[in-house]
Amino acid sequence: MAKDSLYKYVLALGDDALILGQRLSQWAYRAPFLEEDIALSNISLDMFGRANLLLEYAATLKGNGITADDLAFKRNERQFTNRILFERPNGNFADTMVRQFFLDAFYKLFLQKLTGSKDEQLSAIAQKSIKETAYHFRHSSKWVIRLGVGTAESHTKVQSAIDNLWMFTNELFEMNEIDNEMLQQKIGVDCSSLKQEWIKIIDEVLAEATLKRPENIHMTTGGREGIHTEHLGHLLSDMQYLQRAYPDAKW
Amino acid sequence: MSEKKIPAWEVFIQPKTGASFQHAGNVHATDKEMALQNARELYTRRQEGTCIWVVKTENIVSSSPEDQASFFDPADDKVYRYPAFFKVSKKAKGL
Amino acid sequence: MTEKKEQLFQDKIDAGLKIEPKDWMPDKYRKHLIRQISQHAHSEIIGMQPEGNWITRAPSLRAKMVLIAKVQDEAGHGLYLYSATETLGITRSELIEQLQTGKAKYSSIFNYPTLSWADMGAIGWLVDGAAIVNQQSLRRTSYGPYSRAMIRICKEESFHQRQGYEIMSKMSNGTPEQQEMAQDSLNRWWWPALMMFGPHDSDSAHTSNAMKWKIKRGTNDDLRQLFVDRTVKQADLIGLEIPDPDLKWNPESKHYDFGEIDWEEFWEVVNGNGFCNKERINNHTNAHTEGNWVREAALAYAEKTQNGDLK
Repeated sequence: MAKDSLYKYVLALGDDALILGQRLSQWAYRAPFLEEDIALSNISLDMFGRANLLLEYAATLKGNGITADDLAFKRNERQFTNRILFERPNGNFADTMVRQFFLDAFYKLFLQKLTGSKDEQLSAIAQKSIKETAYHFRHSSKWVIRLGVGTAESHTKVQSAIDNLWMFTNELFEMNEIDNEMLQQKIGVDCSSLKQEWIKIIDEVLAEATLKRPENIHMTTGGREGIHTEHLGHLLSDMQYLQRAYPDAKW
Repeated sequence: MSEKKIPAWEVFIQPKTGASFQHAGNVHATDKEMALQNARELYTRRQEGTCIWVVKTENIVSSSPEDQASFFDPADDKVYRYPAFFKVSKKAKGL
Repeated sequence: MTEKKEQLFQDKIDAGLKIEPKDWMPDKYRKHLIRQISQHAHSEIIGMQPEGNWITRAPSLRAKMVLIAKVQDEAGHGLYLYSATETLGITRSELIEQLQTGKAKYSSIFNYPTLSWADMGAIGWLVDGAAIVNQQSLRRTSYGPYSRAMIRICKEESFHQRQGYEIMSKMSNGTPEQQEMAQDSLNRWWWPALMMFGPHDSDSAHTSNAMKWKIKRGTNDDLRQLFVDRTVKQADLIGLEIPDPDLKWNPESKHYDFGEIDWEEFWEVVNGNGFCNKERINNHTNAHTEGNWVREAALAYAEKTQNGDLK
């Protein structure tokens, strides 16, 4: 039973990273300029690397010869348990940067705690990932500031990105049964305890960016239970096409 | 267009601690932090460095090819700057 | 005066010395370089599209990461080359404008569509394979910044061809459907890959000066032959058949003889009538236009804060 909970916990973390990596990879050759194209690919590669480690670990926990690729390419919407913010469409550059900024700030706090996990694998993955995230945060927070301070147009765009994505942020700090069980076993992280610190980080950057944090917004949830926005299905059908169309093939 | 104004920055990479910085190429960036980050993305994808310098291209001062003779040739008769110029007994060790 | 300068310039080249940005150079040399290096840079940049087309559909996590890293390298190589071109007194925005208005060309190979995952194999194996033959010879090109960029690029590209060949071998050893995809892909990419080396030397407008100035270090036909000789054996090894009935070993020349390239097709694609010419440029232009407000915002931020030194 405990092993199954750990599997689900690791799988959910893997799904987060995988879906975000896939989203970022959709920017290839479409960024505002070439240097930024390379930067977005780098973040995408870091996320896929993270997803790969987590899904491989999940696969070994599951056993029965299941592989990380099986988990990535052969499950459907309801079986994916990534949180919704990770699957939000790229939108314009401001939408992507705000999504990234919210998640980088979250990852910074979350991974720091996860390094102390009693589970050695998770702790090792966290230690590797936290360095990447420190850089991602530096990149995304700086862009939020540039866009906030930049021109009237960019200010409007980045503010509206913040307003539109805010409703998906509370989910990052929710705890379900599995999270609680993992916390009790000193394997998982108490996400609910991260919220205040996260708000502080967000506020600092938004202040420098002359942007406002939305208030009184209704919060959405469901990702961890396999409830998603409709966008996820299209992301998956694109990503999983070859594995689904040629189930016997090895690539 | 706007892009005409995006300045170029020259990038210097230190391949390992203690080594001299080497010129790697340039990047385009609007501010210092972006120049540093773009240089990191472009020139250190394969762990090529331990430290990066960026400097706006317009701030580089270069000698010109016409200076070549007057700058560098005068050093060609100053052989006493090289250790081989001095004859010392082979028995003298540690020199 | 100019004649004497030109003689000194040629002497330098004949002695195998490099020309550096501030050195005197004939106007034609400069123009030839701008044309050739920027064309090369544009090819890297437009070349991101046919492969980028499969990033989101890559069939395994490993394949996905490799493909992203490869497309990313192409962006990087485009930048190294833009950077080298800029040393000749032209800005990146001018170069991009030339690309978008069709004044500058890029390698026609990227106007062919990628229709199956095997095409990721064929592009790496054949297109990068052909490019590497060319690029390796260009490491010795006479213009310093170009030569340095080529050295860096060759070092980084060494994984690209292997990556492509690995995909092809896996697929040609895979299910019947995969084998079919692999052979079909080779059939579609073989001739365009041979065209990448350009027209026959006798028909090439630019070859003679380029050789004299050591901008190019091998002729189109020589490099093409080198590529064919290398590739035939690689195809044999993974059981794929090169789509050329005239292909055979010539024991006298110790090279493979091969059939005539369809030059009509070549010129059609060069002149903009290829399958994807318009789409490639439109995609590039759209991404660029959509990025306008971002670049403007970043510039405005830099102005307001003295390059980002806030407070």
